Amino acid sequence: MARNKRGIPEINAGSMADIAFLLLIFFLVTTTMDVDKGINRKLPPWEPNPEQEDNVIKEKNIFTVLVNASDNLLVENEYMDVTQLREAAIRFLDNNGDGTCSYCEGLRDPLSSDNPDKAIISLQNDRGTSYEMYIKVQNELVGAYTDIRNRAAEKRYGRPFDKLGEEQQKQIQEMYPQKLSEAEPLNLGGK
Amino acid sequence: MAHIRKKKKKELPPVSTASLPDIVFMLLFFFMVTTVMREVDLKVKVVKPRATEIQKLERKSLVTYLYVGKPLPKYQSLVGTEPRLQLNDSFAKIDDIQSFVVTEREKINEAEQPLMTVSIKADKEVKMGLITDIKLELRKAQALKINYSTNPASSTDEMFRRF
Repeated sequence: MARNKRGIPEINAGSMADIAFLLLIFFLVTTTMDVDKGINRKLPPWEPNPEQEDNVIKEKNIFTVLVNASDNLLVENEYMDVTQLREAAIRFLDNNGDGTCSYCEGLRDPLSSDNPDKAIISLQNDRGTSYEMYIKVQNELVGAYTDIRNRAAEKRYGRPFDKLGEEQQKQIQEMYPQKLSEAEPLNLGGK
Repeated sequence: MAHIRKKKKKELPPVSTASLPDIVFMLLFFFMVTTVMREVDLKVKVVKPRATEIQKLERKSLVTYLYVGKPLPKYQSLVGTEPRLQLNDSFAKIDDIQSFVVTEREKINEAEQPLMTVSIKADKEVKMGLITDIKLELRKAQALKINYSTNPASSTDEMFRRF
């Protein structure tokens, strides 16, 4: 009986904090807080012998973006700063040259794209272009589509694009399909 | 005088540290949950470019990483200073990408294989020539979903600013 009363002596929990601290410091050191984020893109499938495409796309429906080896930008044969690219792309996509697009707000310039469905953005860079510049240009072009889709979504459903349901997103995507093509890079930079 | 001395003797009771382990454990669990163990040893220097139009990469198990950048100084005597590609834990040639992608794809269960994403973690100073070659290999390997890994920028102005 006397034994039972004494019981097992309590374990000293004083060093618990030390142990926890040790573990904490270990995790603090090994942790890398970076969440993986980035620009999602889809590559075209590889064809060993690309067929010559017959369907000719009208020059005015192509928005050409060229980036040279010294990271300068040529948009529709005009020098442009990368900060203006997004606006120019939106103007092109939303132009509505043939008037078939009821939801567009463009200028209806006959020399620019017919409608968003036909509008293609073509990007070509040099092998000497820096990756940073390439990402900036990609970012702006993808951003142009995002902006224009957001605007359409706000107007139609009163909510931004990423807050819409799947079916509604599909509709908006059909209104402004993403047609961003990348041509084989040039090698003028010499490297 | 006496009065002051008396007060000095009566010190404040010590702050109780009994809840310290609890606090520490809370922090510990937080870090344990959020931590991502680094799977590979980076042998190349990667300073990611900044962008605003970014999406989160979900489903880590479906993501394969390619690292591109200048070799770290300690490897430069072996492989030079030109930007190189790193797959897993070693430097690799561009031709190795196809077999690498195929082996990585095998690790994913069959139903989800089409969802595989290749994340390109490239240094911002890498030239596009190398990236283009890599993209071509990825196309040949049928790995068409790619992600250019970038750091978030809060606004486009911040992105365009030169550092």
